[in-house]
Amino acid sequence: MFDNAYFNIGYLDTLSYRDTIIHRLDPRAKLIATLAFIITVVSFPKHEFAGLLPFLLFPVLLFSLSDVPVKFILKKVLLVSSFAVCIGIFNPLLDRQITTSFFGFSVSGGWISFFSLMLKFFLTIVSALLLIATTSFPGVCHALQKMGMPELFISQLLFLYRYIFVLVEEAMKIVRARDMRSFGKKGLGIKPAISLFGSLFLRTVERAERVYQAMLSRGFTGRLNTSRTYSLTISDVLFVCLTIMFLYLFRTYDVVSTVGRVSMRLLG
Amino acid sequence: MHMADALLSPAVGATFWAGTLGTITYCSKKLKSNLDEKLMPLMGVLGAFIFAAQMINFTIPATGSSGHLGGGLILAIVLGPYAAFLVMASVLTVQALFFADGGLLALGCNIWNLGIYPCFMAYPLIYKSLVKPGTSSGRIMMASILCGVVGLQLGAFSVVMQTSLSGRSELPFSTFLLLMQPVHLAIGIVEGFVTAGVINFIKAARPEILESAFSAQPLSTEISIKKVVAGLLIATLLTGGVLSWFASSNPDGLEWSIVKVLGKSRLSEADHGIAPALKSLQEKTAFFPEYGFPKTAEGEKRKDETSSWPAIDPGRSGSGIVGAALVLAAVLLIGGIIRVLRRKSA
Repeated sequence: MFDNAYFNIGYLDTLSYRDTIIHRLDPRAKLIATLAFIITVVSFPKHEFAGLLPFLLFPVLLFSLSDVPVKFILKKVLLVSSFAVCIGIFNPLLDRQITTSFFGFSVSGGWISFFSLMLKFFLTIVSALLLIATTSFPGVCHALQKMGMPELFISQLLFLYRYIFVLVEEAMKIVRARDMRSFGKKGLGIKPAISLFGSLFLRTVERAERVYQAMLSRGFTGRLNTSRTYSLTISDVLFVCLTIMFLYLFRTYDVVSTVGRVSMRLLG
Repeated sequence: MHMADALLSPAVGATFWAGTLGTITYCSKKLKSNLDEKLMPLMGVLGAFIFAAQMINFTIPATGSSGHLGGGLILAIVLGPYAAFLVMASVLTVQALFFADGGLLALGCNIWNLGIYPCFMAYPLIYKSLVKPGTSSGRIMMASILCGVVGLQLGAFSVVMQTSLSGRSELPFSTFLLLMQPVHLAIGIVEGFVTAGVINFIKAARPEILESAFSAQPLSTEISIKKVVAGLLIATLLTGGVLSWFASSNPDGLEWSIVKVLGKSRLSEADHGIAPALKSLQEKTAFFPEYGFPKTAEGEKRKDETSSWPAIDPGRSGSGIVGAALVLAAVLLIGGIIRVLRRKSA
C-alpha cells in the first residue's frame, strides 16, 4: 500500500529546487494563484463540463514552464486513492435524467456530473502537486507564515518535514524485517503490529530528547529561523493578477461556446 | 476518508477552513503562553512518527483486508489536546501537499474531521473521564475503543454533511450516512484497539511519558470541557450562518442541496445552525418506512433540476462540442510550443 511509488516525497522535494521562471516566483504568489484556481474550479455547478476545459491551461502552462515531468505527476494523481471517485461513481447510477444528446447518443445528467467531478478532481489535485513541485516545502511554509499562520504551527510543519525522511526510513526497515520473517503471512496481524508501533514510538521519543539536547547546545531559544529570504517582485504581482484575470474570464464568459460558434461560422 | 476538493463547494470549503484556522490559532496561542521548550521537538518528531506508523500496515482479523493507524487519539493521549491538534493538522497538511490526499481546499475539512473530534471531543470528554493515573489496562482498552468509535463516527458524519451541503454528489443524505457510519464503526474499533495496545506498551516500558502528559503539563489538566463545547457550538452557529448567507447569494448549487438535506426550500432567519437539520433528519427517518423512499421530494428535485437546465438546442450543443475540442487542442498546443521553444533555447 505505502510503497515507494506512493512515498517518494524525496523526488518531489528535489524537483522543487530547480531554477525556472515558475520556480523563481515568490511562494506567496504561487500559493495565492493556486488557491484562487482551486476555488474557481470548485465553484462550477455540478453539471458543468465544457466550461472547465479552458482551466486546463493553468496546469499545462505550469508544466511546460517549470520542466516538471508530466508523467511523474500524472502517475501520482492516478495513485491517489480517491474518495471523490468512489462517491462520484454513484452519480450516473442515481441521476438518469437525460439532459443532453450528442450526435444521437443520449447522455444522462449523472454521467455529465460524474465527468465534471473527475475533471475537477484532476485539476485540483494536479495544481496542488504542481505547487509543491515548483515551490519547496519550506517555501510554502514561509508563504503561510507571511499570510498569517501562527509561528508555532509553521515551526511544527518545518520540524515534521525534517524528520519524516528519517522516521519513514526507519519504518521501512521495520516493515522489511517483519515481512521477511512472516512466512505464510503469519506475523502480519494486529498484535505484532502493536508492539512495532510501541517500540517505534519509544525510539521516536528518545530521538526527540536527543534532538532537543542538540538544539540546546546550538543555542536554541524557542524559535526556528530560516536563512533564505523572499521578496515580492513585479513579476510575482503580474503573475497573480494575470492568473486571477484569466480565472475570472473563464468563469464568467462561456469561452468554449464562443470558440465553437466562431469556428463553425468560419467553416461555413 | 479524506474529503476531496472536487466534492466540495467553495462555501463549505471556506467555512471549514475558517473553523480550522481559528482552532490552529487558538491552540498556538494556548501553547505559546505556557510552552515547555522540550515540547517543540517532541511535537515535530511525533508528527513524523504518525507518518512512519502509517507505513506499518497490518491485517485486520476476520476481514483479511489491511489497515493502518490514524494516530489522532495516540497524540491526544500523549501530548494533550492542543499540541495533538497542531501535530495532526501538520500531518494532514503534508499529506495534502505531497500526496494530494484530498487537496488544498478540502484540507480545512480534513483537519476538522480528523483533528477536532479526537482531540476536542473524544479525548477530553471520554478518555479523560474514564482513565486516571493508575487505571488498569482493561479500562484503558475500553476507553480507547470508545474514543476511537466516537471520534470516527463524528468524523464520518461530518464528511457526509460536508458532501451533502456541497451538493456535488447525487447520493441522498440518508443513504450516504448508512454507507459511511457502519464502515467507520469497524475502523473506529480497530483504531481504538491499536491505540490502547500502544498506550499499554508505553505504560509498561516508560510510564513516565504518560504521567508527564497527565499531571506535569498544566495544558492537559486545565481544559474546561464547557469552554470546548461552547467553542464548538459557536463554530456550528457560525457555519450555519455563513452557509445560509451563501445560500441566499448563490441559489443554484447550495440552496438546492440544502433543500435536499432539510426538506425545506429556504433557511429562514431563525433556522441557522445544525439543530433544524438534525430535527428534519429525525423527521425524515421517522417517516422513512411509510414513504418508502421520499419520492415526492425526489420528484420535486428532479423537476427543479430540469427546469434549471437550459433548453437543449442542437445548434448550441454542436458548437459546444466543437468549441470544447478546439479549446482542448489549443491548450495542449500552447504547452507543446512552450516546451519546444524552451528546449531550443536551452
